[in-house]
Order: sequence, then C-alpha cells, then structure tokens
Amino acid sequence: MTHEIIEKYFRKDMMPHIFCPGCGHGVLMKDIACAIDKLDVDKDKICLVSGIGCSSRATGYMDFNTIHTTHGRAIAVATGIKMANPELMVIVITGDGDAAAIGGNHFIHAARRNIDLTVFVFNNNIYGMTGGQFSPTTPTDDYGTTAPYGNIDQDFDIADLAKYSGATFVARGSVYHVDKTIRLMERAMLHKGFSVVDCMSNCPTYYGRKNHKGKAPDMIRWQKDNAVDSKKAETMTDEELTGKIIIGETHHDNREEYTAKYQKIKDRFVGGIK
Amino acid sequence: MASTLKTLFVDKSLCKGCGICVAFCPKSVLNISNEKVNIIDETLCIGCGMCEKLCPDYAIYLNEKEGK
Ligand SMILES: Cc1ncc(C[n+]2csc(CCOP(=O)(O)OP(=O)(O)O)c2C)c(N)n1
Ligand code: SF4
Ligand code: SF4
Ligand code: SF4
Repeated sequence: MTHEIIEKYFRKDMMPHIFCPGCGHGVLMKDIACAIDKLDVDKDKICLVSGIGCSSRATGYMDFNTIHTTHGRAIAVATGIKMANPELMVIVITGDGDAAAIGGNHFIHAARRNIDLTVFVFNNNIYGMTGGQFSPTTPTDDYGTTAPYGNIDQDFDIADLAKYSGATFVARGSVYHVDKTIRLMERAMLHKGFSVVDCMSNCPTYYGRKNHKGKAPDMIRWQKDNAVDSKKAETMTDEELTGKIIIGETHHDNREEYTAKYQKIKDRFVGGIK
Repeated sequence: MASTLKTLFVDKSLCKGCGICVAFCPKSVLNISNEKVNIIDETLCIGCGMCEKLCPDYAIYLNEKEGK
C-alpha cells in the first residue's frame, strides 16, 4: 500500500527526505497522501501550501501543485489561492510554530471566516528546524533550548484554538493512530469550511531529547498509551484527562463558507447592480 | 484456488535505522543491523502492516504476491 502511494504521489527524485531518523513528520506526510488517494479528486485540482519548518518541507516531496511560502504565512497565501480559485482543494501543511506562533493571527482569522481550507498541523510541541526552541504547544514545565529551566508559558491546545476561533471541522490524529488519522484527514478535506486536524507528531531530535522522552519508538508508544477517543473523553473529568491526548473529531458544525458568501456578492453584480 | 500472500519488502537505501518497525512488529521478524533494518525471519511475518504504516521513510512495505 505505502509503496503504491509513494509511487503515485511523491517526487521520488527528492527521496530520501530530509527528516531525522524516526521523525513523525514522515508518517503524517504519507498519511495525507493516503487520505487524498481515497478521495475522488483530480490531482491537478489539489494545491498544497506550506510555511517554513521541518513540517513545511512536506510540499517539496509531494507531487501536487505545491507552494512553499514564508514562515507563518501559509494560511494567508492559501486564502489568496482559494479566493481566486474556489474550485481548487487547498490544503495547508504547517507546524505548531508556523501555525500558532508567527502564523497565529492568520490561523484564527481564517477560522473566523470559515474559508474552505484544510489545515494539517504537524504538532511536535517544539521548533524542530531551528534547534528546539519552545513553541506555543510546548507543555508548561517542559524544556526547550530557550526554556532551559522549564517553560513558564501556558500551552495552546490547537484543536480548542481552532474551535473557539470559528473552525467548522476540528479533529486530532497522531503518528501512532495511522488508520484513524487518515480517516480524519479525509473527512477534513471533504468538509466545506475551515477544517483543522491537529496531527500529533514526534521530534526525537529536539523535543524528545530535551525532555527525556526516549527515542522515536518510545515517543510513538507514548501516543498509543495515552490516547483517549474523543467520544470517551466527553464522559471524563478534566482530572482524568490530564496528561492524555484526545484523538478523533472534536468539533463539527455547518456555518456558511466564506468563498460561497463572496460568490453571492459577485453574483449581485452580474448584469448590473441589483 | 490461488490465495494472495503478502510479501515483505525492504529498501535499505531509504532506511534510517530508527527502530520504529522493530519496536511495533508483534512478531520477531525484524532487527537493526549496521544501522539498517534487517529481516531475521520472514516466515514469522503475519502481514499486519504495522511496520509499513509506521515507517517514516517508506523503507519497509508489504506487497501482494500471488501464492498457492
Ligand atoms: C520570519 C521568520 N522568522 C523566523 C524564522 C526561523 N524559523 C524557521 S522554522 C521556525 C520554526 C519551525 O517550527 P514549526 O513550525 O513548529 O515546525 P517544525 O520544524 O517543528 O516542524 C523558525 C522560528 C524564519 N524562517 N522566518
Ligand atoms: S528536527 Fe525534529 S521535527 Fe525536524 S526533522 Fe528532525 S526530528 Fe523531525
Ligand atoms: S521504521 Fe523504516 S526507517 Fe525505521 S528502521 Fe524500520 S525500515 Fe528503517
Ligand atoms: S507486517 Fe507485521 S508481522 Fe510482518 S514484519 Fe511488519 S510488523 Fe512484523
């Protein structure tokens, strides 16, 4: 299965990819291709947009219309692409730093508008590319190169940030939960509106090493051992959920989508102002 | 009637020796030798696909092969 997916959707001359041994980004990147493969969409009608970071390198390897933009601006560029070409399926691949730190403003406003973009956040709780600085999703008290005595910030929950900013499909997947994550990615892409999948990744090189989380297999096993299904999580207390990761769909509604609203205004001008 | 068997393939040129496949294989099919994945005993493989799903480098995979 993987082999055919790689043959079909990857730029094989760019392989092996640049990710470190055991980096979860490689698994998530393949999961996106598997999810796209399940959709009945022409490859040329799909546009992948990324920012800057290890995660954002994904657009260099995936053989679609791709654009590798600047740090934090993937959603801004994707918004422009979608407004000009509403018929395209526009997908953003970003990191927790790219999406929630420098790009946080674009993230919340795209959610507020409910524009039909699908955002896959490869969330490894750290800035991988630049050497392990803490990010908005580094848990409080965890370590980074810029938090040598422990992070005193409160961390963002990307799924909650998306939901309360107005996203209309929100879910969380992980490297370990391959089949489930592929299904969630597929649903996110099919959803008409701003969709976010918080994809829990693992950075063994920085987050893992700084926080004594072991090697890549240990970090993935941690995801397996600490995952709670989103349905089950609804019946659990905050105390019971401490230290757990909630996997599955966490929010869904059907508010009107932005490009559709804009089209209605454009239609008013066909044949003169009505 | 011919049944389909899944055969395990490894592409050592892509493998980075992370050990994820070894750790998640439910049988003792794999190990790491000289920093690359190595098949110790293919006959133990049950074709569950865990190695393939979790390999970040697409270096190990199953393919359907006509069997007897
Ligand atoms: C404007 C700007 N500021 C800072 C940087 C440096 N920089 C590059 S990647 C990055 C953070 C990447 O973290 P994340 O988005 O979480 O991705 P990861 O590498 O962890 O996948 C930073 C700060 C930059 N390239 N451009
Ligand atoms: S630094 Fe971390 S996020 Fe970047 S490729 Fe290496 S393991 Fe992956
Ligand atoms: S998971 Fe992949 S890259 Fe890692 S050791 Fe196994 S085959 Fe090699
Ligand atoms: S398919 Fe399953 S049993 Fe066979 S090598 Fe991979 S993980 Fe092990």
